[in-house]
Amino acid sequence: MFPASFDYHKPGSIEEALELLTTLGADVKLLAGGHSLVPALKLRLTQPKHLIDLAGIAALKTVAVRENRLVLGAMTTHWQVESSPVVKAALPYLCEVAGLIADPQVRNRGTIGGSLVNADPAADYPASILALDAEMVCVGRGGRRIVHARDWFQGLLTAAIEEHEILSEIRIPLLPPRTAATYLKLRHPASRFAVVGVAAIVTVTQDQRCAEVRIGITGVGSCAKRAGSVEQQLVGHRLDATRIEAASAAACDGLEIDGDMHFSAEDKEQLCRTYVRRALLRTMHLAESGAFQPTRNAP
Amino acid sequence: MKRTISVTVNGKVRRESVEPRLLLVHFLRDVLRLTGTHVGCDTSQCGACTVSMNGLAVKSCTILAVQADGAEITTIEGLARDGALHPIQAAFREHHGLQCGFCTPGMIMAAKQLLERYPAPTIEQIRDQLDGNICRCTGYHGIIKAIEAAARAMAEKGQAPTTGS
Repeated sequence: MFPASFDYHKPGSIEEALELLTTLGADVKLLAGGHSLVPALKLRLTQPKHLIDLAGIAALKTVAVRENRLVLGAMTTHWQVESSPVVKAALPYLCEVAGLIADPQVRNRGTIGGSLVNADPAADYPASILALDAEMVCVGRGGRRIVHARDWFQGLLTAAIEEHEILSEIRIPLLPPRTAATYLKLRHPASRFAVVGVAAIVTVTQDQRCAEVRIGITGVGSCAKRAGSVEQQLVGHRLDATRIEAASAAACDGLEIDGDMHFSAEDKEQLCRTYVRRALLRTMHLAESGAFQPTRNAP
Repeated sequence: MKRTISVTVNGKVRRESVEPRLLLVHFLRDVLRLTGTHVGCDTSQCGACTVSMNGLAVKSCTILAVQADGAEITTIEGLARDGALHPIQAAFREHHGLQCGFCTPGMIMAAKQLLERYPAPTIEQIRDQLDGNICRCTGYHGIIKAIEAAARAMAEKGQAPTTGS
């Protein structure tokens, strides 16, 4: 399979890329790792006139901790997240999530920014980006704009980025003390995409009550969503198996789950409830055994 | 509009003028005539097209040749030295790591990265790291045995797993 013809541009800076974005007209695509875009080009699902490759922009490859946030440049590959000592020290949970994406070859090329802008409904990162309450920094010629995770995923393959903007970095707040985190995924046996993926992040008090919980779900709806109804039933309570099971019944609220060629809507709903329950049980098991994520610095 | 790219392939600098839509696998096979790298599924699933790009295993059917401008590529043709097979190649032959051989170049390039990252891999690590490569003949057992044997052979010789790249 061969893509249709296009012109290729490789700017060396964000400014140069923004300039190209505005001067080349509407028929432009940004190329990050290319592991969603190149297959789409080959299938001619998209036939842009111009491709702007972001690989030459060093500013998009930051991996650092600043002001209690893990800052990941949009061009950080899944393998870099999986193997980075900086990420491992600040938020090892995210290394695990990255290591579950696709396969090693794809992880060597695919990027966090590409995944978040593409907003594939079965991508892995979106569940965690929601549960971690991350911020996306979008730059345009008019300056920069910060979009919160809860506003980012807007629908099927639709993220809250404007036409002439570039996602430059993802800022992930480091976690408060006594916080445990789990990403649990049912992998599609062929594609390795998430049939359902649940990110559960729970902060517990000294007596193991839930002080704060955020649950992100990917795979089953048109885009990743928070499981707000489940979260509400957990805060303030001791999260034993009975409480978790009862709350997980609300996992599909607001998700608009449709069946597809592999699974009926009912099957997906059942899987969704089951994976929310299991992810919460595993997170509480981690919390009870003291396996917490590293803590942000005291302000 | 064609672009001139310069790619170091198996140690040799190759300058070619290519269309931006040319895929790296076709650049290797059709322009450079290095046909050891195979096109299997052509959809980033099967891993037959795996090559090493700047030390990382990548699926060359999902990369544009222009994206490889300035890169160092190693293909299956670049592994043997002075007529002697790379230890991973030798182990695949010895331990029935192949049957029809179509997936083998990609399998070996994936195994090369695997042993660089995990010089003494467990069976679980081998299985996990071969997630991006499909073999329809062997049932994988021979491949796993071959990679375990290659890891032992390379450790015994004190040979860095990167040898031959």
